[in-house]
Amino acid sequence: MAAVKQTVDQVEALEAYKHGFVTTLDQEFAPKGLNADTVRFISAKKDEPDWMLQWRLEAFERWLALEEPHWAKIHHAPIDYQDSYYYAAPKTKAGPMSLDDVDPEVLATYAKLGIPLREQEVLAGVQGAPKYAVDAVFDSVSVVTTFKAELAKVGVIFCSMSEAIREHGDLVRQYLGSVVPVSDNYFACLNSAVFSDGSFVYVPPGVRCPMELSTYFRINAAESGQFERTLIIADKGAYVSYLEGCTAPMRDENQLHAAVVELIALDDAEIKYSTVQNWYPGDAQGKGGIYNFVTKRGDCRGDRSKVSWTQVETGSAITWKYPSCILRGDGSSGEFYSIAVTNNRQQADTGTKMIHLGRDTRSRIISKGISAGGSSNTYRGLVSAHPKAANARNFTQCDSLLIGKSCAAHTVPYIEARNATARLEHEATTTRLSEEQLFYVMQRGLSQEDAVALLVNGFVREVLQELPMEFAVEAQKLVAISLEGSVG
Amino acid sequence: MLSIHDLHVRVAEAEIIKGLTLDLPAGEVHAIMGPNGAGKSTLAYALAGRPGYEVTSGSATYDGEDLLAMTPDQRSAKGVFLSFQYPLELPGVPGLTFLRTALNAQRKARGEDEIAAPAFLKLAREKAAALKIEFDMLRRPLNVGFSGGEKKRMEIFQMSLFSPRLLILDETDSGLDIDALRVVADGVNAARAPDRAMLVITHYQRLLDYIRPDRVHVLAAGRIAASGGPDLAHELEREGYDKYSKVPA
Ligand SMILES: Nc1ncnc2c1ncn2[C@@H]1O[C@H](COP(=O)(O)OP(=O)(O)OP(=O)(O)O)[C@@H](O)[C@H]1O
Ligand SMILES: [Mg+2]
Repeated sequence: MAAVKQTVDQVEALEAYKHGFVTTLDQEFAPKGLNADTVRFISAKKDEPDWMLQWRLEAFERWLALEEPHWAKIHHAPIDYQDSYYYAAPKTKAGPMSLDDVDPEVLATYAKLGIPLREQEVLAGVQGAPKYAVDAVFDSVSVVTTFKAELAKVGVIFCSMSEAIREHGDLVRQYLGSVVPVSDNYFACLNSAVFSDGSFVYVPPGVRCPMELSTYFRINAAESGQFERTLIIADKGAYVSYLEGCTAPMRDENQLHAAVVELIALDDAEIKYSTVQNWYPGDAQGKGGIYNFVTKRGDCRGDRSKVSWTQVETGSAITWKYPSCILRGDGSSGEFYSIAVTNNRQQADTGTKMIHLGRDTRSRIISKGISAGGSSNTYRGLVSAHPKAANARNFTQCDSLLIGKSCAAHTVPYIEARNATARLEHEATTTRLSEEQLFYVMQRGLSQEDAVALLVNGFVREVLQELPMEFAVEAQKLVAISLEGSVG
Repeated sequence: MLSIHDLHVRVAEAEIIKGLTLDLPAGEVHAIMGPNGAGKSTLAYALAGRPGYEVTSGSATYDGEDLLAMTPDQRSAKGVFLSFQYPLELPGVPGLTFLRTALNAQRKARGEDEIAAPAFLKLAREKAAALKIEFDMLRRPLNVGFSGGEKKRMEIFQMSLFSPRLLILDETDSGLDIDALRVVADGVNAARAPDRAMLVITHYQRLLDYIRPDRVHVLAAGRIAASGGPDLAHELEREGYDKYSKVPA
């Protein structure tokens, strides 16, 4: 099998990261390092009310007492939390801006990333194509949110977190930290102290949000972290579909991204949250890349409510994330569809938690892990049915695909059934991309790279189908690009 | 059209094809018969360029070009089609998606325009009907859960869709019921053309009754041990391969 060795063992440098450029512009930073004054600086920059500042300071106090967790199957040099900027923003006036106030370089960046920020341009696009409202977050600030006026007509609030804190303080105060408590974990606690911007969504009772909402996060500044905070509330009977995308320049240093996302679904409400995570993964030798330590949790607070997570994780040097559902309401349901791709030296430890608290609650987990190069890919999941969760149902399917010989895949499922009527099913498979399959496909005319892409897309098809159409196409390409050079 | 000279092929450190010479002119159909393990599939794989099937010496010229210098996909684009003895399953890849992607990859490599979805569907429908294949089967992931016979039928379907020029059928008749055998044989006969050549690997006279080969070769111990007209197949059926198995190493 000399040829197998030859083709598979060589993992070429990942040259495919096309979002790796840096935008040069005038930026404003908080002083480097982290102390109570940093927290005050950020809060003041955002013109926050005092309750918000107090909330942050309390989080900071608690964070000082916590220790970085080490249970995940990831390895990295110690992070020096004092050697980073916690606030970076393009120099412009504070408050909501019109597009004309935004630094043209920032606009150019989004244009380069293919994200339309001018509503006219979106509207002038292909007729009949679905409309997307976009919130663009650049380093620590939201630079623009589109279609706000149109959404407001049906009562949907879609704005940056900073604006929500100023304009919709009551809603924020009621829900912020109600799903992910301040001291939930080390990174969530850090985020609570220093979070910069993110999106806020409120969909009123009975309203079906008329368009897809999306946020594009871009880290640009060097030596800075990004700590965004997103809060989505679907009131009774409401529906919203939200998508998050993210990219960063190629830099030799590791940058920390520690976000918190909280979703709240009241009675009969449904939230569909999709992520296409494409942070810079570092180079083939493992230099640089984003540390993506994220806490995402959905609370199915109301009866018959539903939260659905779909994620495509291709980027980041290290991914540590477990989008979860708390199935509190009777008859509520949670879903988790995941594609996690690791290549070269990337490490991913990702999965979900489905906490069944109410009666007749259902959850479904479909996880597809693909490891190539010398990477490590771990699925870690918890399904738990509490004593009151009569008739809880879970189905979990975890599939791993290995490309080459030096990568690793692990599946770590935790199952707790404390109710005799709960039925929790778990299936897992691990397969290696077979050379025979590749040859069969190439015999029919596909190049080696296209053959890998075709087989991999077949492997992840079930999950891709959960994404909104346009993003599915994008995600499909992204998966192929991430694996370029993994064979041959 | 295809001319193989003194070919040696090594698989996993063992020499399997040991100096094979064969001439296949355009327009002809040649059958290859031989005992299990003789190297028939190895020859087919080597001609299609399977990695790990290392040609240590000899040559194979296809339409005047060095076949062995091309990658598997290049050979495919130039019209080489191998019907696999054991067709592979492609989980999650719908048959139609696969076939259209493959056909367009071949066309692109030849500098032709891509075939649009409606035209492709029309073509696929026609070919499926001719081979009595349920169209819905093509929407399922390719070969996944298909019976042995269904997989073979899919191979012939792919062959008719791509209209290749050098057809290598590796035991496409094995595992087929009588009706399917007829369908496959009809497919092969319909594909006969002056600018096409076929290498039909089989263990059974039955197929050769339907497809009248121009020549029959016996492949034993990695070499062509005998060649003859269609009658040779009858003789093999009666007498077996005994007299060919004592080929010096
Ligand atoms: N990957 C491999 N490793 C070791 N030996 C191999 C490998 N592939 C093929 N062989 C050997 O090569 C020889 C020829 O195999 P091949 O499949 O070409 O035979 P065949 O003539 O097609 O037989 P059949 O009629 O059973 O299909 C056999 O002895 C087989 O065991
Ligand atoms: Mg064989």
